[in-house]
Amino acid sequence: MAVDRLESLLKDAFPDAEELSVEDRTGGGDHFQVTLAAPSLNGLSLLDQHRRVNAALAAPLSDGTIHELRIKTRGTT
Amino acid sequence: MSELGQKIKDVIDNEPVALFMKGTPQFIMCGNSDRALRALREAGAPVTAVNILADPAIRQELQEVSGWPTIPQVFVKGELVGGADITQELAESGELATLLEQRLGADYRASAEERVVDVLAPAQR
Repeated sequence: MAVDRLESLLKDAFPDAEELSVEDRTGGGDHFQVTLAAPSLNGLSLLDQHRRVNAALAAPLSDGTIHELRIKTRGTT
Repeated sequence: MSELGQKIKDVIDNEPVALFMKGTPQFIMCGNSDRALRALREAGAPVTAVNILADPAIRQELQEVSGWPTIPQVFVKGELVGGADITQELAESGELATLLEQRLGADYRASAEERVVDVLAPAQR
């Protein structure tokens, strides 16, 4: 399942995550909503927070697994 | 850098607000491009749009220039603002208007017309 793969990649990249979910928005297995809150995002701009998520998901973004990605991130302070 | 890459970079660097999207503001081909455009319109931004669906090479070159993997992409004065989610979040919090005022000047809304640039067109002499 693509959701599991995405979740595991994000868990590896953000072991400190206090909130982490990957939702298959359409049930089609290629439109995803990532929601993430982690202390390691504290102090980063929204742009840099999203860059960190994009970097963690670079493989599924480039191999066509992810057709659409929505990201909602925040620090924990 | 390829000629196309250079043209993309020129749009990013020279347009006050550049939106790389699927489709055009008149014919939007993707919900995320729609969200980004709506957010920019609400903030009164002068949007210059590039339709990345015109040629697959545009998306490839754009990703190399910006380092951002998804479409749409919004730039203000040469700097990446983000994709649809960030643009929408910034619009909802009011930060987008603040950012536009800071980078384009307080009267940026006066020039808020939309236009489309064709990066595939031959260079003008």
